[in-house]
Amino acid sequence: MENKEKKGSIFDSTIEAFQSFLRVPDTVTKSGSHVRDCNDLKRVMIIVVVALIPTLLFGIYNIGYQHSIASGTEMGFWQMVWFGFLKILPLYLVSYIVGLGIEFASAQIRGHEVNEGYLVTGMIIPLIVPITTPLWILALAVAFAVIIGKEVFGGTGMNIWNPALIARAFLFFAYPASMSGDKVWVAGVDGYSGATPLADAALGNFSNMPSALDMFLGFIPGCPGETSTVAILIGAAILLFFGVASWKIMLSTVIGALAIGYLCNALAPDTSSYLALPAWEHLIMGGFAFGAVFMATDPVTSAQTETGKWIYGFLIGAFTIILRVFNPGYPEGMMLAILLMNTFAPLIDYCVVQRNIKKRLKRAQINQ
Amino acid sequence: MKKEIYQNPFFKANPVTVLVLGICSSLAVTVKLEPACVMALSVTFVTGFSSLFASLLRNTIPNRIRIIVQLVLVSLFVILIDQFLKAYAYEVSKQLSVYVGLIITNCIIMGRIEAFALGNKPWPSFVDGIANGLGYGMILVVLAFIRELFGSGTLFGFQVIPQSWYEAGYMNNGLIILPPMALILVGLIIWLQRGIQKDLIEK
Repeated sequence: MENKEKKGSIFDSTIEAFQSFLRVPDTVTKSGSHVRDCNDLKRVMIIVVVALIPTLLFGIYNIGYQHSIASGTEMGFWQMVWFGFLKILPLYLVSYIVGLGIEFASAQIRGHEVNEGYLVTGMIIPLIVPITTPLWILALAVAFAVIIGKEVFGGTGMNIWNPALIARAFLFFAYPASMSGDKVWVAGVDGYSGATPLADAALGNFSNMPSALDMFLGFIPGCPGETSTVAILIGAAILLFFGVASWKIMLSTVIGALAIGYLCNALAPDTSSYLALPAWEHLIMGGFAFGAVFMATDPVTSAQTETGKWIYGFLIGAFTIILRVFNPGYPEGMMLAILLMNTFAPLIDYCVVQRNIKKRLKRAQINQ
Repeated sequence: MKKEIYQNPFFKANPVTVLVLGICSSLAVTVKLEPACVMALSVTFVTGFSSLFASLLRNTIPNRIRIIVQLVLVSLFVILIDQFLKAYAYEVSKQLSVYVGLIITNCIIMGRIEAFALGNKPWPSFVDGIANGLGYGMILVVLAFIRELFGSGTLFGFQVIPQSWYEAGYMNNGLIILPPMALILVGLIIWLQRGIQKDLIEK
């Protein structure tokens, strides 16, 4: 901050952002004692990016693989990867150019520092939209997410909702033709669209669904990032190993989903009803795993208190299954469940804190 | 008469963007321009005349029952408008459905009677009511213009966005037709206004 005042150029934020990209400037404090945790925003963000790489790599391969199946052409492994890479590259370019452009511009106007917050959002957005999303629509969604989802609240760390999910929600409501959660599109094959496993399950066509193993490994059509539960689990391991994401949220989300899932199983009238879908299959279908690992655990928008994290995660899992099973309008419930609980996270924290205060107050009075 | 009475409601003290009144109807009836314009005119008529009559009666209304008297006055004009629309603009009245009747609950009308008409002479009160109605209508028309253009590709029902755009991959925005996006648009207008008029920003 001190440097900035000295230079006084109007592009200070931009210059500083490039100088300190992912690295902390080597200026040190001169007087007094300062203890700092090295796990700062820059490091947290780069670890999330690293954790996303397995899903990205698998997503790239899967785009090519699904194209090869749908179009019936024989393709080698590297051909598939190259095809997928060429398909996903424009999405990334749009996501980063539009998102970072707005981020830089608003930092410049307000005289804030540009931070690494958008690196992760920009990396996640192409992973959770259909690969065939038109680029101008994606640009619009990114702009909406960054401006309305983040900058109006004051930038990184101040947003109420996860910006990447805001982008997806924008697409979902604004352009349902390009993504509705019940159909999948395969890159490079015109007019090809099949039903997602979720849509099949909602209609009771259990036999149309891919095998559980395929859904677990990810060899199914879908958004690039969400198909492979294995790749997501590798990412989860990285996040947990470095202590970036909360294991409590991940675990409680799974518990919440299983609890409601098994309740549905118990209430199922017959085996053809959606209620009868085995609870554990919900965990490998659709965006559940991706949401639980990368979206629900967003440290900005999730609950902050330790008890709050359990409640927050549990309700995300529970609402996801309720939305999926009981609401035919929205085959995928993960996005809306997380956004809903993002909204309530501050309230959960407030209640937890108040309860704690009351408890301690009571204890203090007894001791008097 | 002071200039502020008919100038402020348009910008400096706009009922929607500054006083944040009448939000509900500005989200509900702004999907298309035509109903929005009709709504704007109806509200202008009701605010104008109910302010005028409230001002005429202001010295005879007992203070303790003034709200109920105001309601009777307002509902008189709302019923007039409702019947008029049903007789001469049935299609629009069907589109507006309950929102014509709900003009009676529009906070702007009661707000202006309470804040202005009960303490001022009839003519300034009438002007104040008309100006506030038009200030509200202005926001309605701006919202409806944006929402109809991007949500349906039409203006007053005529297609504005050429068919060739749709063939090239352009799509109408489905979110802008939904009320949440209208609220966000109102927010953006407020943002814009506060960018221009800095003294509105709370310290």
